[in-house]
Amino acid sequence: MNDLTKISSNPHTRSKITTGNIMLTVIVALLPATLFGIYNFGISALILILVTIGSAVLSEYFYEKFMKQKSTIHDLSAVVTGLLLALNLPPAAPWWIGVIGGAFAIIVVKMLFGGIGQNFMNPALAARCFLMISFASIMTNFQCDAYSQATPLATLKSGGVVDIFSMVTGKIPGTIGETSMIAIVLGACILILTGVIDLKIPGSYLISFVIFISLFGGRGFDYQFISAHLAGGGLMLGAFFMATDYVTRPITSKGQILYGILLGVLTGLFRLFGGSAEGVSYAIIISNLLVPLIEKITMPKGFGSGGLKHEKNVA
Amino acid sequence: MTNRTFRGGLHPYDGKELSKDKPIKDIMPKSELLFPLSQHIGAPAVPIVEKGEHVLAGQMIAKAGGFVSAPIYASVSGTITTIEPRRVISGEMANCIVIENDGLYEEIAPLEKVDLASLTKQEIIERISLAGIVGMGGAGFPTHVKLSPKEPDKITYVIINCAECEPYLTSDYRRMIEEPDKIIGGLKIILQLFDNAKGIIAIEDNKPDCIEIIKKMVKEEPRIAVKSLKTKYPQGAERQLIYAVTKRAINSSMLPADAGCVVNNADTAVAVQQAVLFGKPLISRIVTVTGDAISSPSNFRVRMGMKMSELVEEAGGFSKQPEKLISGGPMMGISLFDLDVPIVKTSSALLCLSKDDVSKWEPSACINCGKCVEVCPGRIVPSRLADYSEHSNIEAFEKANGMECCECGCCSYICPAKRQLTQSIKSMRKMILANRKK
Repeated sequence: MNDLTKISSNPHTRSKITTGNIMLTVIVALLPATLFGIYNFGISALILILVTIGSAVLSEYFYEKFMKQKSTIHDLSAVVTGLLLALNLPPAAPWWIGVIGGAFAIIVVKMLFGGIGQNFMNPALAARCFLMISFASIMTNFQCDAYSQATPLATLKSGGVVDIFSMVTGKIPGTIGETSMIAIVLGACILILTGVIDLKIPGSYLISFVIFISLFGGRGFDYQFISAHLAGGGLMLGAFFMATDYVTRPITSKGQILYGILLGVLTGLFRLFGGSAEGVSYAIIISNLLVPLIEKITMPKGFGSGGLKHEKNVA
Repeated sequence: MTNRTFRGGLHPYDGKELSKDKPIKDIMPKSELLFPLSQHIGAPAVPIVEKGEHVLAGQMIAKAGGFVSAPIYASVSGTITTIEPRRVISGEMANCIVIENDGLYEEIAPLEKVDLASLTKQEIIERISLAGIVGMGGAGFPTHVKLSPKEPDKITYVIINCAECEPYLTSDYRRMIEEPDKIIGGLKIILQLFDNAKGIIAIEDNKPDCIEIIKKMVKEEPRIAVKSLKTKYPQGAERQLIYAVTKRAINSSMLPADAGCVVNNADTAVAVQQAVLFGKPLISRIVTVTGDAISSPSNFRVRMGMKMSELVEEAGGFSKQPEKLISGGPMMGISLFDLDVPIVKTSSALLCLSKDDVSKWEPSACINCGKCVEVCPGRIVPSRLADYSEHSNIEAFEKANGMECCECGCCSYICPAKRQLTQSIKSMRKMILANRKK
């Protein structure tokens, strides 16, 4: 009997949470936005999504095979990266954009830095920014079969009027997955209810963004203006699905709030004063770079480190 | 009233339903008994018997090896066969006094019964010290030392820890159901040592029956109150318990007395009551024998020194081939590879599981999800500390407050990547503590 019992250090029990089922939850939570994107933009969007995911997963598989490492594709994180990237692509983008983007996200941003958990930037967003710089005309062309007008944020920036209702439902031009606020918030609820994310980052991000554009947007606390900014562009998708990416956000809870505020301010800056109408992607990857610094100043000091400061309240 | 708690913690599968309705059953050891000389924190006890000597149950066989130490008593009558290194719970070989049980259970006459009111504080502490009582919740710190803080007048709370937050354990639960008077009696004695203190019996709210029973019993006691705690692991950890009850937070280098608190486990309170009122030394304790591999999970009153293998027999043997044997609970217990090890003062349970949860998983890379940070009751960052530990970076480990870890196991439990966080942090802590002693 002695050789059959197993020895380990405490604890001797484990929760059922695994990296794989966290990633699966994220994929499920992205489905409403994905399905709406396909409904909104048609079959070409579906093809682009599948190609991008395939490129991301195969890149990881072949990279690890080539480097003689153990395969990690079963943890589904490459699927999440591919899907997120696809949702950030314009629906009219050609299929090879997805292939290049997926491969760049996985090989350059993730695997070269050591694989899952080691990348310092969100792979999907870094790839999107790479594509924006390399193929600017393709990446900013939101005209497709379904839509021929400019995106609401671009309209807003040039002083035009937008229809808030269609921005909330999502019947507007934009990237595949960012248009429907309802679909994204539905997915976000799944993430929050399953405990995959909490409201610290999205909450502080959105609140600080609203405060920033109210102060500096030149329209004060204008309900129309603020709603258009919240529902428009990649803000919702970014706040709930990309700013909350585990690997590239601070691990400390105070740090997460600080990070959210930083994101809000940067996004506001880029949208109001930047050259393009959108700013979420750049705000997130710049904040990603500041994460080590944020963590350093927000490290928790340990339980009871303040000594007996509560004593007065009790006695 | 919202129930009191701390920040962090989690809810592992609690498994208490297996044994919670099994009344405490007295069981007697059969063959030889082993008494390790080190069953407590501090200096090992010093044997005062020789090979071949006949001893009675309740007779001292080893005296305290210093102030921070505790004597050890024979739990049966019989003959000392040898004093030699034997396997103990930790898996090491440690010096044990071995007694061949003569099966007669002849007891030595206990100390004379006394009237509590006639004892001075010093006499109470002496009786506790003489009885060999140590913290029976797991740490094994000698109780008389705990009860002798520098400034006893500054103690404002005496807390009896009846949280029993560790999964599967039901020994304290049975105590509260069957012998609540003994727990309250022990608390009253301890309260006599601290004139300015209020007695608190702290119970997790998953035991409403116990809360009700004890509340009823202390209704007339002006100095004793029952506090209901939120059910959450590790609610019974000393610092988290003090915080939940008093909102005073102490760090790892402070003592409960610094927060004006003295914390004792339920079983310890009972031992105090038995020692002070009846002069009985600590020779038995309640042990839960449970798990899905045990035929009939039970709560036993066990004589110290009895072998774990005999406990399994008393519980009807194994119903399935066990894959994991644990002394204590699943979160903080010690896994065993041999059942011929003795029950000691700090053994609260024997848990026999047919499946090992740990070897099922292969650790993978950290995804920085922060779940370990969320659950850590010590408010530190386990994933980073484990990295420092794996890189032997002592400086960074200490700077990141690694020494604040209470080794509760929450981080390893929750980790989606199944990293051995607690183990890494624990071994680094051990190394640093060993270096400090040099």
